[in-house]
Formats: sequence, structure tokens, C-alpha cells
Amino acid sequence: MSGVSDAVERVSTNDVRERLRNASASMVPLVAIFVVALAVPVFSNDYWVLIASRTAIYWLLVGALNLVVGFAGQLAIGYVAILTLGAYVTTILSAGNVSPPVPPVIALAIAGVAGSVFGVIVGLPALRLRTFYFAISTFGFATIVTQIALAWQSVTGGGIGLPGPEFPAPFDTRSGFYFLCLGCAAVCTWMTANVAHSRFGRALVAIRDAEVAAEAAGISKAKLLVMVFVFTGAAAAMAGGLFASLQTYITPDAFTFDLSILFFISILIGGRGSILGPMLGTIILTLLPEFAAPLAAWSTFLYACLLLGVVLAVPGGIAALLDFRNRKPLDQHRAIVPRADVISEVLRPSQMKESLTLSDIVLSFGGVRAVDGVDLDIRPAQIHGLIGPNGSGKTTILNIISGYYRPQSGEVTVGGETLPAGRPATRAALGIARTFQTPRIIGEASVIENVMIGGTINGCGTFAEALLMLPRGRRDEAMLRQMGLLVLRSVGLDSLADVRADRLQHSELRFVEIARALMSQPAFILLDEPAAGLAPDEIRRLGELIREIVRRGVGVLLVEHHADLIFDICHQVTVLNLGRVLAAGTPAEIRVHKEVVSAYLGG
Amino acid sequence: MIGSILASGLAVGAVYALIGVTYNTMFSASRVISFTAGMLGMLGGVFGSLFILRLGLPVPVGFVLTMGCCALVGVITEFVAVRPVLKSLDQHLYVLSTLALSLMIQQLVATEWSTEPQRFPRLFDIGSGLLDEKFWLPIVACAVGMGALDLLYRHTLVGKAFLAIAEDNFAARALGLPERNLRIASYALAAIIGAFAGFAGGELLLAFVANGALLNFYGFVPVALGGLGSNRGAVVAGLALGIYQQAANFVVGGIFASVAVFAIFIILLLAAPQGLFGAPAVRRV
Repeated sequence: MSGVSDAVERVSTNDVRERLRNASASMVPLVAIFVVALAVPVFSNDYWVLIASRTAIYWLLVGALNLVVGFAGQLAIGYVAILTLGAYVTTILSAGNVSPPVPPVIALAIAGVAGSVFGVIVGLPALRLRTFYFAISTFGFATIVTQIALAWQSVTGGGIGLPGPEFPAPFDTRSGFYFLCLGCAAVCTWMTANVAHSRFGRALVAIRDAEVAAEAAGISKAKLLVMVFVFTGAAAAMAGGLFASLQTYITPDAFTFDLSILFFISILIGGRGSILGPMLGTIILTLLPEFAAPLAAWSTFLYACLLLGVVLAVPGGIAALLDFRNRKPLDQHRAIVPRADVISEVLRPSQMKESLTLSDIVLSFGGVRAVDGVDLDIRPAQIHGLIGPNGSGKTTILNIISGYYRPQSGEVTVGGETLPAGRPATRAALGIARTFQTPRIIGEASVIENVMIGGTINGCGTFAEALLMLPRGRRDEAMLRQMGLLVLRSVGLDSLADVRADRLQHSELRFVEIARALMSQPAFILLDEPAAGLAPDEIRRLGELIREIVRRGVGVLLVEHHADLIFDICHQVTVLNLGRVLAAGTPAEIRVHKEVVSAYLGG
Repeated sequence: MIGSILASGLAVGAVYALIGVTYNTMFSASRVISFTAGMLGMLGGVFGSLFILRLGLPVPVGFVLTMGCCALVGVITEFVAVRPVLKSLDQHLYVLSTLALSLMIQQLVATEWSTEPQRFPRLFDIGSGLLDEKFWLPIVACAVGMGALDLLYRHTLVGKAFLAIAEDNFAARALGLPERNLRIASYALAAIIGAFAGFAGGELLLAFVANGALLNFYGFVPVALGGLGSNRGAVVAGLALGIYQQAANFVVGGIFASVAVFAIFIILLLAAPQGLFGAPAVRRV
């Protein structure tokens, strides 16, 4: 037994090391770009240093904004608002318009703090508003901030403007200032890369592409987004401070909405969920008007054309064009061979001794009583089958247990404690995991990343620790990856760990979902038609896998239409019809139950 | 003072309301909220000024040409920015594609027309002071527009087909309705409504490229507050918005008036994300 464990351990550690090497390999192009950037002042004139400084400042903002737009998928089109705020705060504080003059570097730091507060204010609507609504609200902020800058003449100088701050030596020369900008951009890139490769980065992508699954994994959208808005706001405002100094003189005209569009489009052209792509996007868009001087007046038109082209032709952006690894064809004749013996490595014996109990649950949609007074008792270490015709309320019950629906009466309890209704993100921490009837998978992420989503709540490092790659954040990462590989091995998908999830077959996605559910070491697993679309021998292996999971003390609720599987592995079966319990008992009792046979099984 | 707040408030409110209806018409046909709505309002003013003042055409000819050109823009929108992204509506690519198209329109107008506000012709030369046509024309236009839409939706087969598409796209297609053509027609219709708003409000807002972005925002506020897809909600909220904005204008001054509008927009929307007359959210699981 311990031999197997050691072997698994050894292999996993090697895998982890290899993957960490892959992760650092993905940093190589970023580092190369910065090395080239460092050499700019040596090989070129002041003008190009100026352009390079501007690019670095833009990237400082875009790099951080990438977490909001690229990773979390929030359409924040008005971030010029925070750039403007940062520029004015830095300028006004260092000029001493309203207070004794502050050294520019400290003013820049204060601007960062102000930016993070304002970033949360601008971002807050994202917690309630979707897509276009959020886009237009950030657009509104962008308009308002410029108008305030114009109107508040006593402080901002109105339309006449203010001289920008001058940074002290060694940043007072062209190249000195450039290195300051480049340094800030590099630090920002490092931080965003850390977040992107942590459980927080994966959770952001999960919110973007599979929000329902993210909630089931215990990811709180509100908390996560607020942390990201704080970081992005600070970076954007500091970019503003540097921008003000670069401009030497700032007026509200300098902060046109076109600038916001440049930031936003850089990310989309670069590709969502990548860091290199948006960086190249920023460089290209900033340099484009320099190389095509006659086009300068048309730059926004060009950006818009690029955006339309990217949206229509390459929705993945530059990053998708550079993703060579996922063009390799996959083995056509691959089989899913779960290794039930590895389950004992994956799951600790469950300590749960209490049942998950539903008592007298009622839920109607309009005039339809979808669930009408159902009682259910899911015991640890048992498989509870839930069957019934289509529309009998099976999935609705699953959604009530996992908190998506709020029942009109009745309650769900574990060991006498009532679970909060209507709050799906609380379930993972309560030891309840689930799969979905239609797999909810992040297509653009790799299989292992999808699985690691399930372990998000197991990490103990904070967002700040992930940002700075402190030991706890690093340990979380190694732990989740190792666990993820082990879980994938147990469901038989370890050979596909690094493949983009949208390249998998439907049956494989079902097992990915089970793997994701296992990641959180749940006490109860709710499986919603896990055998749908599986081949007969895959169903048999699935049955063995579920049995092995239950042997570790986990309670399983199995919603299924395959009667064979149900009668084969379940300890208890409940039959629903029209939202009511038609029959409940052991498989042997149900198989001969008259009404069940006539209503559902046929015979 | 109250008189001028009401006159100018109802006038701009009527323009906002019609732009809101433009948003709704496009949304009903395709479930797409398009950034081109405000641009169409701006184009209504710019084309009107171009045809009537710069080219010296008679007012009726200029009006018809303006509507025609804008309808064409609407159809182009459908082909370029809407149809290609309909397959993946859940990815919200339409936000980006319509944003791109609206930016193109804006930049084209800025370079080929002017970045400064240009005069819009006086159409009837009736009334002065608070009863000047620049105040009552948009209000009349809003009433006429809503009346015409009502007639269209209630009493014509095409109008009923529009409603069917809006209600249940799949069922409408199963019944054999030419969904694609109806969608193109809806986009042309939406464009005409937007252009009509811009044309009628031309004397008030002038032929100014910056109106595009402005109307995008102020036209969306009534949609968001009145509930997406509800024309009646858009008109009520649009007129209320106009009066509120003009009142704020008189009380706290131009720039802080827009801050006031924005603040109320965000607060109301956060309190009631579906709008005041909107339908409840769809099920996600």
C-alpha cells in the first residue's frame, strides 16, 4: 500500500517539477521583451526613448487591467478614468495646489492608494451588472472624470491644465525616467503573472467562462473581483502619475476616450487569459501610429478595424495564434481507464457521520409545482439513486441542495444544521460538491486547470501572498497541482492533463467534472446524470469509480436515467414523479414496485 | 425657470427616449445591445445638416435621404457586427463588434465632417421662446414615432412578425417566419428611429460628432431604468431623465449635472438591475 503511495508521490513530484519548468518557459518571451526594452536607450535617440516610456506606462495599466478584462472577462472600457485620477492626484500633490508640496514619488504612492479605492468604486457595478451594462457604466465614469477635471478649475487648472510632476534624480533624465517606467511595468507584469498562475487567476477565468461551476467550487465572485479591482486601480493610477510626468503638462484633453479604447483593445487583440498576447498588443497599438505617420489621425479607426477583425476572425487573439502546443493532434483511440485504487490516495477517509437531509421541500415555478413536498436522506458511505421521468424534479432537487434555488418551504440540513438557501458559493466549504447535467467546463483552460478549480477553497494563501509569490502561495500552488494530477490519474485522464479542455470528447468532460468535484475532498457528491452519453464499458468503469468513492465514506446522490447503473450500485433509491416521491427503498424493492414499473421503468 | 426646465427637459428627454427605443428595437430582433444606437442619433443630425444646409436640398428631400442613409447604416450593422456573432451570443462578442463599428462611424464623421458642432437647419420656423420648434419638435417626433410603432406592431403583419421574433425566436422560425430578413428589417427600422430622433433634435443638439457617445450613454439610461425591451418604460424614463438632467443643469450647473445623472443611474441600477419595468432575470442553472 505504502509502495503505491510512494510511487504516486514520486511520479507526481516529477510531473510537478516539469510543469513548473513549463511555467517558467512561458516567462521566457516576457523576459526577452524586457531585455530588448532595457537596451532601447543605448541604441536609439531621445524620441524613441519617449515612445518606449509611453509604451511601458500603457503596459503598466494594461497589464493590470488584463486581470479584469482578459481573465475575469469584465468589459471595463473606461479605465482612462483611473489614469486621469492618478495623473491629477500625483500632479496636484507634488505641485502643492491644495496641501504643502509632497515629493513626487510619495505623491505617486498616494495616487496608487486613491486609485485602488476608486478602482473598487468603478468596479462595484460589475458585481451586479452584466456585460453591456457594466461596459456603459465604466464609460460613464470615464466621461465624468474628465468633465470634473475640466470644471474644478481651482484645483485642476481646468482647461488650461497643470505642469506635470518632475521626478527627482536619478529619474530626472529621459532614460532615467524610462527605467523608472520600465521597472514599474516589470514589477506589474511579475505580479499579474503570479496572480494569473495562482488559484485566484484560475478562479477569475472560471467566473468568466463557467460562473455556475465557479460558485459550486466555493469561489466568491464579489470578494475576488474586489481584490482584483484594488490591484488594478492602484496600477492604473500609478500609470497615470507617470503619464502626467511624461506629458510634462496635463489638460483634460490628454485623457480622451480613445486612450481607454487603446487599453481595452490591446487586451482583446492580445487574447483573453494570456499575458504575452496583450503585451504584444499594447506594443503594436502604441507603435502603430509611429510607423504610419499619415495614419495617426486615423488611429482610432485602425484600432476599431483591428478589434472587429479579431472578434470576427480570431476570437482568441494573438495568444491563440501563438498557442502551438494545442495544435498537436490528440490520440484518436484513447480510452478512459479510471484507476479506482488511486481513489484511496485522493480521498482521506471521510469523517462525516451525519446525513444530508431534505425535509418537506416545496418549490414552484409560476403555477408549476416542480418539487412538491420531497423528503430525502443521503447517508455517508452510501449511494442514493434519484430516478424518475423527465420533468419530475430531479435536477431541481440538486439545485436546491447546492443552493442555486431557494425552496418556498422545507429545509436542507447536514447533521441538524440548516444550509443557507440560495447561496451556492457556501456549499463547497460545507463539504458538498457536484457535477452538472451539461458539463460546465472552462474550454480555454487546460484539463488540469479545470480540475484545480475544484480545490480553490483548499488553498490557504491570501491574494496578496499570491501576488508577491510568497511561500504560502507557492505551497498552495504545488499542493493543488499535485492533488490535481493525482485526481486526474484516479479518473483515468492524466495523459490529457495539459490539453485544452475544449478539445476533449463529451464523455471525457464528464470525468473531468467528477475529478473537479473530488478535488475539494467532499463529504457529499451530487452527480447529475454522469452516465449520459457514455459507452457501456465507460458506464461500468464509472460505476466502479463511484463505488470506490463511497468506500472512503463519501455520500453520493446519483441522478440517472440508466436503470442498470442505478440498480447495480445504489444502496437506496428514491423515485420521483411530478415533483413528488413515488417510491423509496432498496433497489430490490423499487424494481418490483408496481407504480414505478408502470410509470417509469416499463415492464 | 420651471418653464425652461420643462421645455428643454422634455425636448432632450424625447430624444433620449427615442434612442432608447432604438436600442430596444435592435435588442428585440437579435438579443444584441448595440453601441451604434447613439451613433445613429448623431448621424441623423449630421446627415440632415449635410443634405439641407451644405448641399442645399429641400427639407423633405433631405429628410428622406437622411432616413435612407441611416437605414443603410442599420443594415450594414446587422451584416458586419451582429450576424457573425449571433452564434455565440453567450460570449457577448456583440459588445465588442458593435463598439468597433460605432468607433469607426465616429471617426469617419470626425474626419470627413467636422469635430466641431455644426449648425442644423431650421425646419419649419414656427414658434419662439419656450415654444420654439427646437423644443417642441423632438416631443412631437417622439409622440409620432411611438404612435407609428404602435400602429406597425398592432395592425400590420410585418409588425406582428417583429413581435413574434422578439417573443420567441425559435418558435417564430418553426412557424416559417423569415427570421433573417425580419432581423435586417428591424435593424433598418431601428436606424430610422434613431435617425429620426437625431433629425428632430438637430436644432437642439446641433450636428455634432460628440453627440454619438453622449446619446449612447443618455439613450441607454432610459433603457436600463425602464427595462430592456420595454418601449413604454424607455419613453417614461427618457422624459424623466431629460427633466431631471435639465433641472440639475439649472441648479448645480452643467458639469455636475452629468455627475448627478450618472450617480442616479448607477444607484437605481444597482438597486434594480432589471430596471423599473423590466422582466425578472433568466434562470442560469
